[in-house]
Amino acid sequence: MSTLEQRAVDAADFADERLGVAKFARSSFNKIFPDHWSFMLGEIAMYSFVILIFTGVFLTLFYVPSSHMITYHGSYAPLRGQKMSEAYASTLNISFNVRAGLVMRQIHHWAADVFIAAIVVHLLRIFFTGAYRKPRELNWIIGSSLLILAIVNGFIGYSLPDDLISGTGIRIAFSIILSIPVIGSYLAFFVFGSNFPGTSIIPRFFIIHVLILPAIIAALIGAHLAIMWHQKHTQYPGRGRTNRNVVGIPFWPAYALQAGGFFFITSAVIAALGGFVQINPIWLYGPYIPYKVSYAVQPDWYMGWLDGALRLMPSWEAVFGPTYGGHMIPNVFFPAVLLPGITFGLLFSWPWIEKRFTKDDREHNICDRPREHPVRTSVGVGILMFYIVLFLASATDVLANTFQTSLNLVLWTLRIMLFVLPLVAGLVTYLLLREMAAIPSIGDPKIPVEIRRDFDGSFTLAELSIHGEEEEILELPEEVAYRSLVGGHGHSAPSMDTNGDQSSVETSEAGDDHGVFEVPRD
Amino acid sequence: MSDTQLFEGAGDEEIRRPLMEKVIAISFIISVLGTVGLGVTYWVGGQPQVEGGFLFLALGGIGVGIVSWGKYLVPQGPYVQERHEMRSAPEDVDAMHASLSRGLGQVGRRKFLLRLLGGAVGVFGLINLFPFLRSLGPVPGKSLFVTNWKHGSELVTADGRTVLASDLEVGGVMTVFPKGFEGEPSNAIDQVILVRAADYDLVTRPGRETWGPEGYLAFSKVCTHAGCPVGLYQELTQQLLCPCHQSLFDVLTGATNVFGPAPRPLPQLPLYVGTDGVLRSQAGFDEPIGPGFWERGA
Repeated sequence: MSTLEQRAVDAADFADERLGVAKFARSSFNKIFPDHWSFMLGEIAMYSFVILIFTGVFLTLFYVPSSHMITYHGSYAPLRGQKMSEAYASTLNISFNVRAGLVMRQIHHWAADVFIAAIVVHLLRIFFTGAYRKPRELNWIIGSSLLILAIVNGFIGYSLPDDLISGTGIRIAFSIILSIPVIGSYLAFFVFGSNFPGTSIIPRFFIIHVLILPAIIAALIGAHLAIMWHQKHTQYPGRGRTNRNVVGIPFWPAYALQAGGFFFITSAVIAALGGFVQINPIWLYGPYIPYKVSYAVQPDWYMGWLDGALRLMPSWEAVFGPTYGGHMIPNVFFPAVLLPGITFGLLFSWPWIEKRFTKDDREHNICDRPREHPVRTSVGVGILMFYIVLFLASATDVLANTFQTSLNLVLWTLRIMLFVLPLVAGLVTYLLLREMAAIPSIGDPKIPVEIRRDFDGSFTLAELSIHGEEEEILELPEEVAYRSLVGGHGHSAPSMDTNGDQSSVETSEAGDDHGVFEVPRD
Repeated sequence: MSDTQLFEGAGDEEIRRPLMEKVIAISFIISVLGTVGLGVTYWVGGQPQVEGGFLFLALGGIGVGIVSWGKYLVPQGPYVQERHEMRSAPEDVDAMHASLSRGLGQVGRRKFLLRLLGGAVGVFGLINLFPFLRSLGPVPGKSLFVTNWKHGSELVTADGRTVLASDLEVGGVMTVFPKGFEGEPSNAIDQVILVRAADYDLVTRPGRETWGPEGYLAFSKVCTHAGCPVGLYQELTQQLLCPCHQSLFDVLTGATNVFGPAPRPLPQLPLYVGTDGVLRSQAGFDEPIGPGFWERGA
């Protein structure tokens, strides 16, 4: 044994003698992780979150969460002498005076955009492969909650610099809270500490952004991972893969190295984005002044669908009674409160909506192929198309400018597309999948052939063997050894039939006499 | 563990890939060079692009090295492992049910105490919710209905300069506030956009005959849609545009919402020209300004 190995073993012994970790560590080291590129999407999200924490901590050391107005005398000449909030001035300071400040700010911003993008793509992967089905509904709920929290925290973080564009965004947020029936105006005043703009929102947003939401997000990511770990990852169908096993690489060392290294690769790409691709140059926007506004501004990408919904909404609101004494459900309520409510309501309840139709209560550990489930896939494509059109709608002004056409035409085109495109996309998807299902050999790997011309000029054709078919599925050496040690049925190899598996009968002696105060199996 | 037979064919043999070892070594060396470059850049003063580039090399070198190591130099299997069904053995489930019901029985039989506990927790939550919320901010009261514009308010610019009837050319536009309220935070609510129309006797709507002296028309600058400043004036079409969600308001007909999501016209501020030539407001707005809220009607 090398000294490194000896030290590691000593450390493991130290931990085991005090915490009894050997049993858990043993099974963890040998845990099998299915390998597929699409399983990295969630990892990208998690690693982006880690990057957000690192860069975010750096930024908090210099950012001043205050809307106190000062006159700028800093190093960015074009804004010298202007009145601005301390929050904005400190963001200028981070960008121009703090060493590596700008690159950190840009990495932070890029990491946030990548974080939410990775969550969304991860969600789509889970959706289209049916990986949310029993027993993974809880992780679907946690993941969807993480999406909401990420969007909210992204928006709040985007608001902190208090530049002209983000300040206008805060103004819209106030109007959206205000639009909630019955309690809206109270809620808006409580959140902002007064009528808009007040002086409380920046410090409040700050503590929500750096403490409250990150803590909840971190806890939920922990739960998300622990549940995934406990339930074992899903796998795609393939040779030797069944609903009752898991085929892949062992956690230690193959998976640990690959996943750990992937953190650095994710960080590297985001660092390159932060260095080379400018994002949110707040010094060009100027400080937030409530009566000023900028032209052709779009929010961060993940708010695009909401901004688009606000733009496409017809100029209508629900009115009851006269101006003074009547009531109103304002225009923005429908696209900015009701629509997200329905969106996330549908998202959360999707596993149960599907269950209502399929009446399927079995455990599923094999991912579906999207093409084999035409209804789910086409419904998903249709819904996705709805949000893509909303996203495009957040750029009505830019589209009208780019295509040299009237805003009116763009608006009405998008309003119609919002309802027509999802139907068309869903229908086309459905028909395509139906057609694919009718092809007998669909999905079979194509076998390469070798065509040879002999000396006499005749051609012969030979099928080549595929590498994958020769792949032999092995058992982990440690598992085999353990099984021989404990005699045939170790704890990690329960019998295949569903309920009464033998090992648990033997191990839980306390089963019959209901001795619930005794810890069984100790 | 002593039985070496068990390891036969289990993929634990040494993997030899000298080329891959070189690739990994080079990755780690690139990382070291990147980190040194980053250090030097930082030392001499920093520059975002260079920092980002060196960070990319430093982190990417480590990443590519480790991932390649994990993928090409250690056994990949594939290995197989059994899965447990998530549900526990029936014995355990029975025991859980039994202990759960026994405990519920022990607690639940004291119905009176249970209700009292529920009441105590409920009252605690409810009573404390109100002071908590109330500490966060004031109740809105009438504040959404009013602005600081009243009879005789002098129109001033953002820097407090009085606006005279001779200040704007026809087709000109400026943002004005009631005198004394041009600063933060009241300027967010009181902001008014002042335009001068070519027609000096323009009446935007019946009942507003005297509101626009010498072609001066004043409208609340807070969009009735989502509250953005209606900041852009297209002189050719005499329209005000809100750049946030592209609502258009027709100035000559009283800032009527003609396009986009805005559900109501911008409220108009009635003006008069004082004997000193100063523009003043006849009164405040005749309706609440800005986006809608529950407590107001049409």
